[in-house]
Amino acid sequence: MKLKHLLSMAAIAGLMATSAAMAADVRIAMVPKSLGNAFFEAARDGGNEAAKEIGGVELIFNAPAVVTAEGQIEVINALIAQRVDAIAISSNDPDALVPVAKKAMKRGIKVLSFDSAIAPEGRMLHMHPATAAGAAKAQLEMAVDAIGPEGEIAILSETPQSTNQNEWIEEMKKLLPSDEFSKLKLVDVAYGMGQSDKSYRETIALLRRYPDLKVIIAPSTVAISAAAKAVEDQDMVGKVYVTGLGLPSELAGYVHTGSIKSFAIWNPIDLGYSATYLAYDLIQKEEVQAGDELEAGRMGSFKLDDKLETSLPQPFVYDASNVDKYSKIF
Amino acid sequence: MVKALKSREALLAASWIALIVIAGIVTPNFVTVQALRDLLTDLSILMVLALAQMIVILIRGIDLSVAANLAFTGMMVALIAVANPGLPTIVWPVLCIIIGTFIGMFNGLLVAELKIPPIVVTLGTMSVWRGMIFVVSGGAWVVQHQFPEGYLSVPRTPILGLTLFFWIGLIVTFGMWLMTTQTRFGRELYGMGGNPRAAEYAGVRVKHHEFWVYTITGALSGLCGWLWTSRYAMANTDVALGFELQTVAACVIGGVAISGGAGTIIGAVFGALFLGTLYNILPVIGVSQFWQQALSGAIILIAVYFNMISRKPPVRRILPQAASQGVQE
Repeated sequence: MKLKHLLSMAAIAGLMATSAAMAADVRIAMVPKSLGNAFFEAARDGGNEAAKEIGGVELIFNAPAVVTAEGQIEVINALIAQRVDAIAISSNDPDALVPVAKKAMKRGIKVLSFDSAIAPEGRMLHMHPATAAGAAKAQLEMAVDAIGPEGEIAILSETPQSTNQNEWIEEMKKLLPSDEFSKLKLVDVAYGMGQSDKSYRETIALLRRYPDLKVIIAPSTVAISAAAKAVEDQDMVGKVYVTGLGLPSELAGYVHTGSIKSFAIWNPIDLGYSATYLAYDLIQKEEVQAGDELEAGRMGSFKLDDKLETSLPQPFVYDASNVDKYSKIF
Repeated sequence: MVKALKSREALLAASWIALIVIAGIVTPNFVTVQALRDLLTDLSILMVLALAQMIVILIRGIDLSVAANLAFTGMMVALIAVANPGLPTIVWPVLCIIIGTFIGMFNGLLVAELKIPPIVVTLGTMSVWRGMIFVVSGGAWVVQHQFPEGYLSVPRTPILGLTLFFWIGLIVTFGMWLMTTQTRFGRELYGMGGNPRAAEYAGVRVKHHEFWVYTITGALSGLCGWLWTSRYAMANTDVALGFELQTVAACVIGGVAISGGAGTIIGAVFGALFLGTLYNILPVIGVSQFWQQALSGAIILIAVYFNMISRKPPVRRILPQAASQGVQE
């Protein structure tokens, strides 16, 4: 009985899948860093919005369960076999994905990276979620907003190999000598390795080593929540502020308890929306070159720079005044 | 043999204290009352899970699914807690233990009844439960403000200066010590680990014991699901990823023989205390991330080597003793 039921369900599902595939003229695949990440799920929703708007576009959303380049290579190989028209990837490793991306391009599939880049030879264009400089500046501004222009700060990052995080840290270091931030003293950069327990422990270590520490900047969703929890557990709320990049739904609690005053994130819905539009533009145009302006619906147009890169505007800042509204969305 | 093991545990205890003293010299902030309390709190999860791992290793098995069990159980109970915030806090640990027990029983059935090698079984169930976290949660996180108040605050309650986290660790340690030293079941595990066939001939119910060892390990892993999600106020698919290897390392450092049959609860606990403290201290004294990984790896290797050279004589002595006892009976 049950088996029969299951089989008939599978048959219906199969029928539906084929009919959907037949209806769509263009299939765009979105490959985020991993499944189970609310940020990328919001990006998928943005992608679906764009697909609906353009019409005749089917968005395929798939990624490995854990953040590995190997997992992404498998997923991309499967997509090549399915002959999708374009693949938009947020890469787990800029270099490791190049061969499989080249293979896809050789078969006529348009490859672009968004959020986290693939090396230039492995993609036709890249869209930054915000310029690295923009993200770095926003984070330092939030630190100043919390404690004023003077004090010790530390960074709690993901892993020493994380492409995005390293870029932002570099940019922050470049910005520190400028007048606006010259009295902020960066005492340390620690790594939480994308794990709650390790991030928590590193936060405690920072608090112990630097008794005058005022701000921990955590440009990673796992690190920022673990750091905020550690600051709370140490009864340091009000003495040490955590800021950085994270999702409203995950950080709303900490904003209300005060361990986080403000944090930023680009709008992942806009990111997924724009990436899907750019993928569609690539399919239409066959080829792009520096200086091209690509249409992206309600986001206006994106201009490619000479490295064939473009970016969303500055990240958006969330604090007690707006976090509840956005925490319902992502 | 007792003497050798005792001295080994004394050595581990001494090196544990030495670690803390070194950290204290480099960073005086590390040896305040509050800091030591935090340290013990942090060690409790590794302690419990290392003990869960220890009894499996003792019978020549291994359980690679402990961390996945922890993560799945943690997510399940977190989701239940979010949906029913009004229930009394005691429900969460009890639920965790129940779910963990079932997961453990599943491992136990596959290992004891179907005779599939434990490393294969638990490698499989590790993936199964990791995947199931995604299935039950849909990939969403459960975070701090969603948990009911008691879920997060109760384990943090200080009792006689130490948090409930650590007391749970101590209670589990005591219980496991009682089981392995004072009960027939516990003593027979050593026999099974030393020589499963001989144990069977001697009347040990090997299958039955195997099943229950994996079940107990599952129950303890489940309990850790509550401890972990409460401590870090977070349940997601990546919770405790790779943590199973830390539990094996803690056992190895604590002198538990990977080949089974040798090792003590106290040894495993000190192994966990040592390893956990190392993870806490390296960042405090300013060792870079790269060196942290290399150093903890090197220390595990040294411990294994230490085990090899220190175990040879006792092993030779255990067998004749056991044999002569058998003859006398």
